Amino acid sequence: MSQQLQHLEGYEGPGFLATSLDKAVGLARKNSIWPLPFATSCCGIEFMATMASTYDLGRFGAERLSFSPRQADLLMVMGTIAKKMGPVLRQVYEQMAEPRWVIAVGACASTGGIFDTYSVLQGIDRIIPVDVYVPGCPPRPEQILDGVMKIQDLVASESLRRRDSQEYKDLLASYGIQ
Amino acid sequence: MTQQQYDSISEVLKRQFGEDILDACLEQDFPVFTVAREKWAEVLAFLKNTPELNFHFLTTLCGLHYPDNALPFGLMVQLHNMPANTRVRLKTFAPESDPVFDSLTSIWPSANWMERETYDFYGYRFTGHPDLRRVLNMDSLEGWPMRKEFPLEDPFRQDKDDKMFGR
Repeated sequence: MSQQLQHLEGYEGPGFLATSLDKAVGLARKNSIWPLPFATSCCGIEFMATMASTYDLGRFGAERLSFSPRQADLLMVMGTIAKKMGPVLRQVYEQMAEPRWVIAVGACASTGGIFDTYSVLQGIDRIIPVDVYVPGCPPRPEQILDGVMKIQDLVASESLRRRDSQEYKDLLASYGIQ
Repeated sequence: MTQQQYDSISEVLKRQFGEDILDACLEQDFPVFTVAREKWAEVLAFLKNTPELNFHFLTTLCGLHYPDNALPFGLMVQLHNMPANTRVRLKTFAPESDPVFDSLTSIWPSANWMERETYDFYGYRFTGHPDLRRVLNMDSLEGWPMRKEFPLEDPFRQDKDDKMFGR
């Protein structure tokens, strides 16, 4: 914890740290992300390795997977999304409560990957907004961890009520959500 | 399958249906019969219900597309006689203007989804099918993906447009 506090700006003295509320909440949020794995293919296997002991996503406060979208903070889309699956993924995203983040793991979730075909969605950013893309086919667990750490940077620095910002509203409106 | 087994099946079929068995051959060790479209369900019911043939199990049902043939749209099924462990393959063909076949759902209920899949990918109609709608592709898909003229590449992919690749 003390290591995490080192990154926090504020007025520091022996045994105390005074900082603004959004920085403190950001610190709490980024170290307690509940990921929702949406694993459809081989990237999901890499995610299993990422969750297991050697790589251990739990070190980042994200060991508690949420298999219900309603309690999840981070939607991790890992694998090929067929166009028939698209509405399902979108519904999962819509059910997540604010604040919510999305990470597209692997080439297929990011761009459609090798599946340049009529039945495969050419990147999940066609139906839901994406915060971080992790390239690779499939990416190694280190890359997935790096993507999660990028998400943590976003979580720590975002305003407390991002949902109220005009930019965020415009983004969701461009996807026709809400 | 031995030549002898093939000859006996072929003889029974030709005795029953005569000219409606358009073609019969043994491809490697696999018997293949091409039948007239009008007799499609009748021939298959006969193969299932005749005790000496007893092809009771529907293994495969799918479409075929030979764009250069006079009858480009084909339908293929494979049947299995489990007690004797013998199999047959049957084909029938339809003209491009009229890809309609008899449904086999009254003979094998398992033909239901197979025919839906064939409808989904080839656009064939099956008369007598209880619920002919897409099963694997999304409902909004336009066209029939397994027909040869269908473009496989996704036309909406942005990194492969003319600006990048000059085509």
